[in-house]
Amino acid sequence: MRTFAILLRRDLAILLPGGARGAAFLPLIFFLLVAVLFPFAVGPEPSLLARTGGGVLWVAALLASILPLDRLVAADREAGVFDQLALRGISEEIAMTARLVAHWLSFGPLILIATLPASALLSLTGQTFWRLLASLLAGTPGLAAIGLITSALLASLRGGTALAGLLLAPIAVPLVIFGAGHLARDDISGALFAAAFSLVLCAIAPFAAAAAIRAARD
Amino acid sequence: MQARLSATDLACRKGDRLLFRQLDLDLGPGDMLHVRGPNGVGKTSLMRILAGLARPFAGSIERSGEVGMIDGRHALDPDRKLGDALRFWARLDGGADIGEPLRRLGIEALADIPVDYLSTGQKQRGVIARLLLRPRPVWLLDEAFAGLDAASQDLLADLVSEHCKAGGLCAFVSHQPVDLPARTLDLAEFGG
Repeated sequence: MRTFAILLRRDLAILLPGGARGAAFLPLIFFLLVAVLFPFAVGPEPSLLARTGGGVLWVAALLASILPLDRLVAADREAGVFDQLALRGISEEIAMTARLVAHWLSFGPLILIATLPASALLSLTGQTFWRLLASLLAGTPGLAAIGLITSALLASLRGGTALAGLLLAPIAVPLVIFGAGHLARDDISGALFAAAFSLVLCAIAPFAAAAAIRAARD
Repeated sequence: MQARLSATDLACRKGDRLLFRQLDLDLGPGDMLHVRGPNGVGKTSLMRILAGLARPFAGSIERSGEVGMIDGRHALDPDRKLGDALRFWARLDGGADIGEPLRRLGIEALADIPVDYLSTGQKQRGVIARLLLRPRPVWLLDEAFAGLDAASQDLLADLVSEHCKAGGLCAFVSHQPVDLPARTLDLAEFGG
Protein backbone atom coordinates (compact mmCIF):
# COMPACT_ATOMS: atom_id res chain seq x y z
CA MET A 1 0.00 0.00 0.00
CA ARG A 2 2.89 2.29 0.82
CA THR A 3 4.48 1.46 -2.52
CA PHE A 4 1.21 2.27 -4.26
CA ALA A 5 1.06 5.66 -2.53
CA ILE A 6 4.63 6.48 -3.60
CA LEU A 7 3.93 5.48 -7.20
CA LEU A 8 0.65 7.43 -7.28
CA ARG A 9 2.33 10.50 -5.87
CA ARG A 10 4.94 10.47 -8.64
CA ASP A 11 2.34 9.81 -11.35
CA LEU A 12 0.22 12.69 -10.10
CA ALA A 13 3.24 15.00 -9.98
CA ILE A 14 3.89 14.18 -13.61
CA LEU A 15 0.37 14.05 -15.02
CA LEU A 16 -1.73 16.63 -13.15
CA PRO A 17 -2.10 20.22 -14.39
CA GLY A 18 1.06 22.11 -13.51
CA GLY A 19 2.84 18.75 -13.45
CA ALA A 20 6.09 18.01 -15.15
CA ARG A 21 4.77 16.75 -18.46
CA GLY A 22 2.44 19.72 -18.53
CA ALA A 23 -0.10 18.65 -21.14
CA ALA A 24 -2.90 18.21 -18.63
CA PHE A 25 -5.00 21.16 -19.83
CA LEU A 26 -5.12 19.93 -23.43
CA PRO A 27 -8.15 17.62 -22.98
CA LEU A 28 -10.03 20.42 -21.21
CA ILE A 29 -9.27 22.94 -23.93
CA PHE A 30 -10.21 20.45 -26.63
CA PHE A 31 -13.51 19.65 -24.89
CA LEU A 32 -14.48 23.32 -24.56
CA LEU A 33 -13.36 24.04 -28.11
CA VAL A 34 -15.84 21.49 -29.44
CA ALA A 35 -18.60 23.11 -27.39
CA VAL A 36 -17.69 26.51 -28.81
CA LEU A 37 -17.37 25.39 -32.43
CA PHE A 38 -20.40 23.11 -32.67
CA PRO A 39 -23.03 25.94 -32.65
CA PHE A 40 -21.09 27.69 -35.40
CA ALA A 41 -21.23 24.56 -37.53
CA VAL A 42 -24.91 23.60 -37.12
CA GLY A 43 -26.40 27.02 -36.45
CA PRO A 44 -27.54 28.65 -33.22
CA GLU A 45 -31.07 27.25 -33.09
CA PRO A 46 -31.53 26.34 -29.36
CA SER A 47 -33.83 23.36 -29.84
CA LEU A 48 -31.43 21.67 -32.27
CA LEU A 49 -28.46 22.33 -30.00
CA ALA A 50 -30.30 21.07 -26.93
CA ARG A 51 -31.27 17.87 -28.73
CA THR A 52 -27.81 17.06 -30.13
CA GLY A 53 -25.48 18.85 -27.69
CA GLY A 54 -25.28 16.11 -25.06
CA GLY A 55 -24.15 13.51 -27.56
CA VAL A 56 -21.62 15.90 -29.05
CA LEU A 57 -20.11 16.50 -25.63
CA TRP A 58 -19.89 12.77 -25.03
CA VAL A 59 -17.93 12.31 -28.26
CA ALA A 60 -15.80 15.34 -27.34
CA ALA A 61 -14.99 13.74 -23.98
CA LEU A 62 -14.00 10.51 -25.70
CA LEU A 63 -11.70 12.26 -28.16
CA ALA A 64 -10.27 14.49 -25.43
CA SER A 65 -9.30 11.41 -23.43
CA ILE A 66 -7.06 10.31 -26.31
CA LEU A 67 -4.87 13.41 -26.09
CA PRO A 68 -2.84 12.46 -22.97
CA LEU A 69 -2.13 8.94 -24.24
CA ASP A 70 0.94 9.95 -26.19
CA ARG A 71 3.49 9.61 -23.39
CA LEU A 72 1.37 7.87 -20.77
CA VAL A 73 3.37 4.64 -20.79
CA ALA A 74 5.96 4.98 -23.57
CA ALA A 75 8.16 7.54 -21.78
CA ASP A 76 8.64 5.32 -18.72
CA ARG A 77 9.28 2.27 -20.84
CA GLU A 78 12.00 4.01 -22.82
CA ALA A 79 13.60 5.42 -19.67
CA GLY A 80 13.77 1.96 -18.08
CA VAL A 81 11.52 2.87 -15.16
CA PHE A 82 9.57 -0.40 -15.30
CA ASP A 83 12.81 -2.41 -15.29
CA GLN A 84 14.07 -0.56 -12.22
CA LEU A 85 10.70 -1.16 -10.52
CA ALA A 86 10.86 -4.86 -11.41
CA LEU A 87 14.34 -5.12 -9.86
CA ARG A 88 12.80 -3.81 -6.64
CA GLY A 89 10.09 -6.44 -6.77
CA ILE A 90 7.35 -3.96 -7.69
CA SER A 91 4.99 -5.47 -10.21
CA GLU A 92 3.79 -3.72 -13.33
CA GLU A 93 0.23 -4.30 -12.09
CA ILE A 94 0.73 -1.97 -9.13
CA ALA A 95 2.44 0.62 -11.31
CA MET A 96 -0.39 0.47 -13.85
CA THR A 97 -3.09 0.73 -11.18
CA ALA A 98 -1.48 3.93 -9.91
CA ARG A 99 -1.14 5.17 -13.49
CA LEU A 100 -4.83 4.47 -14.16
CA VAL A 101 -5.92 6.51 -11.13
CA ALA A 102 -3.55 9.37 -11.97
CA HIS A 103 -4.59 9.33 -15.65
CA TRP A 104 -8.28 9.63 -14.80
CA LEU A 105 -7.60 12.37 -12.24
CA SER A 106 -5.62 14.29 -14.85
CA PHE A 107 -8.55 14.73 -17.25
CA GLY A 108 -11.77 13.34 -15.70
CA PRO A 109 -12.53 15.99 -13.04
CA LEU A 110 -11.57 18.82 -15.39
CA ILE A 111 -13.98 17.60 -18.04
CA LEU A 112 -16.75 17.15 -15.48
CA ILE A 113 -16.27 20.75 -14.34
CA ALA A 114 -16.13 21.97 -17.93
CA THR A 115 -19.45 20.27 -18.60
CA LEU A 116 -21.19 23.23 -16.96
CA PRO A 117 -19.94 25.96 -19.34
CA ALA A 118 -20.14 23.55 -22.27
CA SER A 119 -23.79 22.78 -21.49
CA ALA A 120 -24.53 26.49 -21.32
CA LEU A 121 -22.90 27.03 -24.73
CA LEU A 122 -25.08 24.32 -26.26
CA SER A 123 -28.22 25.50 -24.37
CA LEU A 124 -28.80 22.12 -22.73
CA THR A 125 -31.67 21.95 -20.26
CA GLY A 126 -30.92 21.57 -16.57
CA GLN A 127 -32.14 18.02 -16.64
CA THR A 128 -29.92 17.07 -19.59
CA PHE A 129 -26.97 18.72 -17.85
CA TRP A 130 -27.37 16.57 -14.74
CA ARG A 131 -27.82 13.44 -16.82
CA LEU A 132 -24.74 14.31 -18.85
CA LEU A 133 -22.75 14.87 -15.68
CA ALA A 134 -23.86 11.53 -14.25
CA SER A 135 -23.12 9.61 -17.42
CA LEU A 136 -19.70 11.25 -17.87
CA LEU A 137 -18.88 10.46 -14.24
CA ALA A 138 -19.85 6.86 -14.96
CA GLY A 139 -18.09 6.67 -18.31
CA THR A 140 -14.82 8.59 -18.05
CA PRO A 141 -13.09 6.00 -15.79
CA GLY A 142 -13.79 3.49 -18.55
CA LEU A 143 -12.26 5.85 -21.11
CA ALA A 144 -9.18 6.16 -18.88
CA ALA A 145 -8.93 2.37 -18.62
CA ILE A 146 -9.16 1.83 -22.39
CA GLY A 147 -6.62 4.60 -22.87
CA LEU A 148 -4.17 2.97 -20.49
CA ILE A 149 -4.48 -0.42 -22.19
CA THR A 150 -3.96 0.96 -25.69
CA SER A 151 -1.13 3.18 -24.51
CA ALA A 152 0.67 0.22 -22.92
CA LEU A 153 0.05 -2.01 -25.94
CA LEU A 154 1.50 0.55 -28.32
CA ALA A 155 4.34 1.77 -26.09
CA SER A 156 6.91 -0.44 -27.75
CA LEU A 157 5.94 0.59 -31.27
CA ARG A 158 7.65 3.57 -32.80
CA GLY A 159 5.01 6.18 -33.43
CA GLY A 160 2.50 3.70 -32.11
CA THR A 161 0.74 6.20 -29.93
CA ALA A 162 -0.75 7.79 -33.03
CA LEU A 163 -2.63 4.53 -33.43
CA ALA A 164 -4.03 4.79 -29.91
CA GLY A 165 -7.05 6.77 -31.06
CA LEU A 166 -7.89 4.26 -33.76
CA LEU A 167 -7.61 1.40 -31.31
CA LEU A 168 -9.46 3.15 -28.49
CA ALA A 169 -12.53 4.33 -30.37
CA PRO A 170 -14.08 0.93 -31.24
CA ILE A 171 -13.65 -0.39 -27.67
CA ALA A 172 -15.25 2.78 -26.34
CA VAL A 173 -18.40 2.44 -28.49
CA PRO A 174 -20.47 0.72 -25.74
CA LEU A 175 -19.56 3.52 -23.34
CA VAL A 176 -20.78 6.13 -25.81
CA ILE A 177 -23.97 4.21 -26.59
CA PHE A 178 -24.95 3.77 -22.95
CA GLY A 179 -23.53 7.05 -21.70
CA ALA A 180 -25.08 9.24 -24.37
CA GLY A 181 -28.17 7.02 -24.48
CA HIS A 182 -28.80 7.92 -20.87
CA LEU A 183 -29.45 11.53 -21.92
CA ALA A 184 -32.65 10.69 -23.79
CA ARG A 185 -34.16 8.28 -21.29
CA ASP A 186 -36.16 8.88 -18.19
CA ASP A 187 -34.51 6.20 -16.04
CA ILE A 188 -30.88 5.84 -15.03
CA SER A 189 -30.26 2.49 -16.73
CA GLY A 190 -27.97 4.00 -19.37
CA ALA A 191 -25.65 5.57 -16.80
CA LEU A 192 -25.67 2.35 -14.79
CA PHE A 193 -24.69 0.34 -17.85
CA ALA A 194 -21.89 2.82 -18.59
CA ALA A 195 -20.75 2.57 -14.98
CA ALA A 196 -20.77 -1.22 -15.10
CA PHE A 197 -18.76 -1.20 -18.31
CA SER A 198 -16.32 1.27 -16.74
CA LEU A 199 -15.94 -0.93 -13.69
CA VAL A 200 -15.12 -4.00 -15.76
CA LEU A 201 -12.60 -2.03 -17.84
CA CYS A 202 -10.94 -0.55 -14.75
CA ALA A 203 -10.64 -4.03 -13.25
CA ILE A 204 -9.04 -5.45 -16.41
CA ALA A 205 -6.85 -2.49 -17.39
CA PRO A 206 -3.96 -2.82 -14.88
CA PHE A 207 -3.50 -6.50 -15.72
CA ALA A 208 -3.78 -6.03 -19.48
CA ALA A 209 -1.40 -3.04 -19.46
CA ALA A 210 1.08 -4.88 -17.22
CA ALA A 211 1.01 -7.91 -19.50
CA ALA A 212 1.65 -5.64 -22.49
CA ILE A 213 4.69 -4.09 -20.80
CA ARG A 214 6.10 -7.49 -19.87
CA ALA A 215 5.50 -8.89 -23.34
CA ALA A 216 7.43 -5.99 -24.85
CA ARG A 217 10.37 -6.59 -22.49
CA ASP A 218 11.66 -9.89 -23.90
CA MET B 1 22.12 -12.72 2.83
CA GLN B 2 25.11 -14.11 0.98
CA ALA B 3 25.56 -12.63 -2.46
CA ARG B 4 25.57 -15.32 -5.10
CA LEU B 5 25.02 -15.35 -8.84
CA SER B 6 25.52 -18.42 -10.91
CA ALA B 7 24.53 -19.43 -14.40
CA THR B 8 24.58 -22.88 -15.94
CA ASP B 9 24.73 -23.67 -19.63
CA LEU B 10 23.26 -20.29 -20.52
CA ALA B 11 22.25 -19.47 -24.10
CA CYS B 12 20.66 -16.38 -25.53
CA ARG B 13 18.84 -16.00 -28.81
CA LYS B 14 17.81 -12.76 -30.49
CA GLY B 15 15.44 -13.35 -33.37
CA ASP B 16 16.91 -16.35 -35.18
CA ARG B 17 20.49 -15.58 -34.15
CA LEU B 18 22.19 -17.40 -31.30
CA LEU B 19 24.24 -14.75 -29.48
CA PHE B 20 26.08 -16.97 -27.04
CA ARG B 21 25.75 -20.49 -25.66
CA GLN B 22 27.15 -22.88 -23.07
CA LEU B 23 28.05 -20.05 -20.76
CA ASP B 24 28.71 -20.99 -17.16
CA LEU B 25 29.60 -18.58 -14.43
CA ASP B 26 29.64 -18.59 -10.68
CA LEU B 27 30.12 -15.46 -8.62
CA GLY B 28 30.22 -15.33 -4.84
CA PRO B 29 30.84 -12.66 -2.23
CA GLY B 30 33.69 -10.37 -3.19
CA ASP B 31 33.83 -11.50 -6.83
CA MET B 32 34.17 -9.08 -9.74
CA LEU B 33 33.57 -9.98 -13.34
CA HIS B 34 34.48 -7.81 -16.31
CA VAL B 35 32.33 -8.81 -19.29
CA ARG B 36 33.84 -7.80 -22.61
CA GLY B 37 33.36 -8.48 -26.27
CA PRO B 38 32.66 -6.67 -29.53
CA ASN B 39 29.39 -4.83 -30.18
CA GLY B 40 26.38 -7.05 -30.70
CA VAL B 41 27.86 -10.08 -28.99
CA GLY B 42 25.12 -10.07 -26.34
CA LYS B 43 26.63 -8.28 -23.34
CA THR B 44 23.51 -6.29 -22.53
CA SER B 45 21.32 -9.34 -23.12
CA LEU B 46 23.51 -11.29 -20.68
CA MET B 47 23.16 -8.58 -18.04
CA ARG B 48 19.38 -8.48 -18.46
CA ILE B 49 19.20 -12.27 -18.16
CA LEU B 50 21.38 -12.20 -15.04
CA ALA B 51 19.11 -9.50 -13.58
CA GLY B 52 16.03 -11.62 -14.27
CA LEU B 53 14.58 -9.06 -16.67
CA ALA B 54 14.81 -11.38 -19.66
CA ARG B 55 14.48 -15.11 -20.04
CA PRO B 56 17.44 -17.11 -21.34
CA PHE B 57 16.93 -19.25 -24.43
CA ALA B 58 18.42 -22.14 -22.49
CA GLY B 59 20.10 -22.72 -19.18
CA SER B 60 19.35 -21.53 -15.70
CA ILE B 61 20.25 -18.77 -13.29
CA GLU B 62 20.57 -18.91 -9.55
CA ARG B 63 20.71 -15.72 -7.63
CA SER B 64 20.56 -14.67 -4.03
CA GLY B 65 20.59 -11.11 -2.87
CA GLU B 66 18.82 -8.06 -4.20
CA VAL B 67 20.00 -6.79 -7.57
CA GLY B 68 21.09 -3.23 -8.21
CA MET B 69 21.43 -2.52 -11.90
CA ILE B 70 22.68 0.27 -14.07
CA ASP B 71 21.80 -0.05 -17.73
CA GLY B 72 21.96 2.44 -20.55
CA ARG B 73 18.77 4.18 -19.41
CA HIS B 74 18.68 6.54 -16.46
CA ALA B 75 15.03 6.08 -15.36
CA LEU B 76 15.03 9.56 -13.82
CA ASP B 77 12.09 11.81 -14.69
CA PRO B 78 13.53 14.29 -17.19
CA ASP B 79 11.26 17.19 -16.19
CA ARG B 80 11.80 16.93 -12.45
CA LYS B 81 14.69 18.14 -10.37
CA LEU B 82 17.42 15.57 -9.85
CA GLY B 83 16.75 15.62 -6.10
CA ASP B 84 13.02 14.97 -6.57
CA ALA B 85 13.63 12.29 -9.18
CA LEU B 86 16.05 10.50 -6.83
CA ARG B 87 13.78 10.98 -3.81
CA PHE B 88 11.09 8.96 -5.60
CA TRP B 89 13.46 5.99 -5.79
CA ALA B 90 14.68 6.62 -2.25
CA ARG B 91 11.09 6.34 -0.96
CA LEU B 92 10.68 3.04 -2.79
CA ASP B 93 13.97 1.90 -1.28
CA GLY B 94 12.54 2.27 2.20
CA GLY B 95 12.94 5.98 2.78
CA ALA B 96 16.68 6.14 2.27
CA ASP B 97 18.47 9.49 2.59
CA ILE B 98 19.65 10.87 -0.74
CA GLY B 99 22.10 13.31 0.86
CA GLU B 100 24.95 10.88 1.43
CA PRO B 101 24.93 9.28 -2.05
CA LEU B 102 24.75 12.75 -3.65
CA ARG B 103 27.73 13.90 -1.59
CA ARG B 104 29.67 10.76 -2.44
CA LEU B 105 29.15 11.39 -6.14
CA GLY B 106 29.87 15.09 -5.80
CA ILE B 107 26.52 16.20 -7.20
CA GLU B 108 24.79 17.81 -4.19
CA ALA B 109 24.85 21.12 -6.05
CA LEU B 110 22.84 19.58 -8.91
CA ALA B 111 19.90 18.45 -6.75
CA ASP B 112 17.78 21.46 -7.73
CA ILE B 113 18.43 21.22 -11.46
CA PRO B 114 15.96 19.43 -13.76
CA VAL B 115 17.36 16.15 -15.03
CA ASP B 116 16.88 17.30 -18.63
CA TYR B 117 19.44 20.08 -18.09
CA LEU B 118 22.16 17.74 -16.85
CA SER B 119 24.95 16.39 -19.03
CA THR B 120 25.30 12.69 -19.80
CA GLY B 121 27.99 12.26 -17.16
CA GLN B 122 26.02 14.15 -14.53
CA LYS B 123 22.94 12.02 -15.16
CA GLN B 124 25.11 8.94 -14.96
CA ARG B 125 26.39 10.06 -11.56
CA GLY B 126 22.77 10.48 -10.46
CA VAL B 127 22.14 6.91 -11.55
CA ILE B 128 25.12 5.71 -9.52
CA ALA B 129 23.78 7.65 -6.53
CA ARG B 130 20.52 5.66 -6.88
CA LEU B 131 22.51 2.43 -6.75
CA LEU B 132 23.93 3.50 -3.38
CA LEU B 133 20.53 4.29 -1.82
CA ARG B 134 20.46 0.98 -0.09
CA PRO B 135 22.85 -1.95 0.18
CA ARG B 136 22.23 -4.44 -2.60
CA PRO B 137 24.51 -7.47 -2.70
CA VAL B 138 24.43 -8.02 -6.46
CA TRP B 139 25.57 -5.20 -8.74
CA LEU B 140 25.12 -5.45 -12.49
CA LEU B 141 26.65 -2.50 -14.28
CA ASP B 142 26.08 -2.29 -18.01
CA GLU B 143 28.35 0.38 -19.48
CA ALA B 144 28.22 2.29 -16.22
CA PHE B 145 31.69 3.73 -16.87
CA ALA B 146 30.68 5.23 -20.22
CA GLY B 147 30.17 8.98 -20.29
CA LEU B 148 32.01 9.58 -17.00
CA ASP B 149 35.06 11.79 -16.68
CA ALA B 150 38.31 10.27 -15.42
CA ALA B 151 37.75 11.26 -11.79
CA SER B 152 34.22 9.83 -11.78
CA GLN B 153 35.43 6.60 -13.40
CA ASP B 154 37.97 6.24 -10.60
CA LEU B 155 35.25 6.97 -8.06
CA LEU B 156 32.98 4.28 -9.53
CA ALA B 157 35.89 1.81 -9.51
CA ASP B 158 36.43 2.67 -5.82
CA LEU B 159 32.74 2.13 -5.10
CA VAL B 160 32.80 -1.27 -6.83
CA SER B 161 35.88 -2.25 -4.91
CA GLU B 162 34.35 -1.19 -1.57
CA HIS B 163 31.14 -3.01 -2.47
CA CYS B 164 33.00 -6.24 -3.13
CA LYS B 165 35.16 -5.91 -0.01
CA ALA B 166 31.93 -5.64 1.98
CA GLY B 167 30.80 -9.01 0.64
CA GLY B 168 28.92 -7.92 -2.47
CA LEU B 169 29.52 -9.11 -5.99
CA CYS B 170 29.67 -7.14 -9.19
CA ALA B 171 29.51 -7.98 -12.88
CA PHE B 172 30.20 -5.08 -15.21
CA VAL B 173 30.32 -4.49 -18.92
CA SER B 174 32.92 -2.03 -20.12
CA HIS B 175 34.76 -1.46 -23.36
CA GLN B 176 37.48 0.53 -21.68
CA PRO B 177 40.02 -1.05 -19.33
CA VAL B 178 39.01 -0.68 -15.70
CA ASP B 179 41.56 -0.65 -12.92
CA LEU B 180 39.98 -3.39 -10.81
CA PRO B 181 41.15 -6.89 -9.92
CA ALA B 182 38.33 -8.47 -11.87
CA ARG B 183 38.08 -11.74 -13.74
CA THR B 184 37.49 -11.20 -17.44
CA LEU B 185 34.81 -12.90 -19.47
CA ASP B 186 35.16 -12.49 -23.22
CA LEU B 187 31.67 -13.18 -24.52
CA ALA B 188 32.95 -13.62 -28.09
CA GLU B 189 34.40 -16.99 -27.03
CA PHE B 190 30.90 -18.29 -26.43
CA GLY B 191 29.57 -17.16 -29.80
CA GLY B 192 26.93 -19.40 -31.32
